Amino acid sequence: MLQIGNYKFKSRLLLGTGKYPNFDIQKQAVEVSDTEVLTFSVRRMNIFEPSQPNFLELLDLDKYTLLPNTAGAKTAEEAVRTAKLAKASGLCDMIKVEVIGCQKTLLPDPIETLKASEELLKEGFTVLPYTSDDVLLAKRLEELGCHAIMPGASPIGSGQGIINPLNLKFIIEQANIPVIVDAGIGTPSDAAIAMEMGADGVLLNTAVSGAKNPVQMAKAMKLAIEAGRLGYEAGRIPKKQYASASSPTEGISIG
Amino acid sequence: MNLFINGQSVELSDSIKTVGSLLNYYGLGDKVVIVELNATILEKDTHQETAISDGDKLELVHFVGGG
Repeated sequence: MLQIGNYKFKSRLLLGTGKYPNFDIQKQAVEVSDTEVLTFSVRRMNIFEPSQPNFLELLDLDKYTLLPNTAGAKTAEEAVRTAKLAKASGLCDMIKVEVIGCQKTLLPDPIETLKASEELLKEGFTVLPYTSDDVLLAKRLEELGCHAIMPGASPIGSGQGIINPLNLKFIIEQANIPVIVDAGIGTPSDAAIAMEMGADGVLLNTAVSGAKNPVQMAKAMKLAIEAGRLGYEAGRIPKKQYASASSPTEGISIG
Repeated sequence: MNLFINGQSVELSDSIKTVGSLLNYYGLGDKVVIVELNATILEKDTHQETAISDGDKLELVHFVGGG
């Protein structure tokens, strides 16, 4: 069971809702993923085209917890405003704090992320900041009272997997709140490795939405995250330099 | 009455007196829509009674796909 603030989830996969080929494939992908948390962005409506379909309308909102993000914000102030807009929908009080400091790498601005998280915690939000893999920043965010921390595996949408496993390990080991590995996951094995390392969950989007077969990839990610978690709980064997026979050395009938 | 909605200047009938009637006018009455009126975010249950008048600036936002 994954607990974030007052929310409890059976699934440890948090799924993004951007860039799917179409709503039909997206809906199938969401269903087979068994996710319970879906991220969204907040954007202006096109008031002159109210009939344009919206993915949210196709969902049974009793089945999913919405995790809006503050993507698009470059400052703490902009992130706080976006979070408040999201909450005013009356649909959610969780927020993924995302304050991008560099448009080329899409890496988060640590100082603005910290400021926005602090303000949103005061406002009573359930706060999940998207952060870099900085170990001390993760600690500071936890000390502020954040409900989870979401270090990136590698840059958003890059599919490079976990590029700094050492830092991620440090973050996971020190954390007393859930660690959700967010961004940069490319393959099921990336997700499984994050879970084997002891992450509490994985948030991904492009790895599924951009796959040749998003529905199949959604299933693969679900299974990888479950397998990785089971492996972590089961406890891996220590690595040894030399071989250690699995078969008995007694009673060999050859020679 | 002239309003600025999502950065655009829009001319509307004076018979539209509240945020709720504005949303209905645009066919958004039953949609998930979040309204900011002159930089104040409105709670959903206040849409019906909140008055609008000439020169008001509104932001109408919603949830779209994102990661």
